[in-house]
Amino acid sequence: MVGIVVVSHSQKIAEGTVELAKQMAADVKISAAGGLEDGSIGTDVSRILAGIEAVQTGDGVVILVDLGSAVMSSEMAIEMLSDGSNVKIVDAPIVEGTIFGAVQASIGASLEEVINVLAGTKSYKKF
Amino acid sequence: MATKAEVLDFIRIYADKMAEHRQELTDLDQAIGDGDHGINMSRGFKAVMEKLPAVENKSIDEILKTVGMTLVSTVGGAAGPLYGTAFMKAGMSTKGKEELSNEDVILAFDEAVGGIQFRGKAVRGEKTILDSMIPAIDAIKASIKEGKTMAVALVEAEKAAWNGVEYTKTIIATKGRASYLGERSIGHQDPGATSTAYAFQAANEVAQKAGK
Repeated sequence: MVGIVVVSHSQKIAEGTVELAKQMAADVKISAAGGLEDGSIGTDVSRILAGIEAVQTGDGVVILVDLGSAVMSSEMAIEMLSDGSNVKIVDAPIVEGTIFGAVQASIGASLEEVINVLAGTKSYKKF
Repeated sequence: MATKAEVLDFIRIYADKMAEHRQELTDLDQAIGDGDHGINMSRGFKAVMEKLPAVENKSIDEILKTVGMTLVSTVGGAAGPLYGTAFMKAGMSTKGKEELSNEDVILAFDEAVGGIQFRGKAVRGEKTILDSMIPAIDAIKASIKEGKTMAVALVEAEKAAWNGVEYTKTIIATKGRASYLGERSIGHQDPGATSTAYAFQAANEVAQKAGK
């Protein structure tokens, strides 16, 4: 199963997004990597690294990010993996992307399929 | 050249400066960014100071890599991956060294700035760290090439870094959160360029103390 990591500057956003996604896809491999260890606002490469390792089954991992250093910190975490070739940061809205990604992953979609669906969430119309 | 003791001294003095100028860096960031640069840098270097005793007897590359790894996990903002990459790259270029020749110092700076450019996908003139770092490194290279000592080179480097900081007031930010402000970022001094200038100030102070 494709794993999902939610990277936000805010621990609450990351955990809340994971909570929402689990409501749709309870058995999905998903982890929250939000904020710093002490709970303050920021992104932490080692928390992201641990988040990836927690959900990697070999089928690949997508990372959803909020903004700014979330991207740079995620890139660094991927570089630190012995093989980060199937770990991808996707440019998608963090909440909607996580939910759609979780649903796709839970029905057994491949990494490529999950990435394709997430690419479409940028133009998703809410009403 | 630089001994291991001087490298450690540089890290400690830089950490002190990040604590001392915490409010100033935060105020600069509040004007054009998310207002956390001073808080983030002082938190990161406080964590570095806690880690330093465990590695201070190891080789210079181990020390620099530990600084980098600590920063990427504790700074929190974009400065974490940027400064973290700089220290890690500098570390990789000094593998196994117990002291650094002038050539080693220049290589470490080159690797550090290359790491920042790679990580931030920025070039000079975008109101970033690079606007004080690149001129400072160029000044070191020019001075050493003229046969001057590292102590003299670092005086020139600090001067060039602060000139770079002044230059950031005149340009538009196109990277990071300051870029959301567009032209309104003109007139403001870049916080990242400023925290980098303090690194060269710290290096300069270490060199003057060593007198070489």
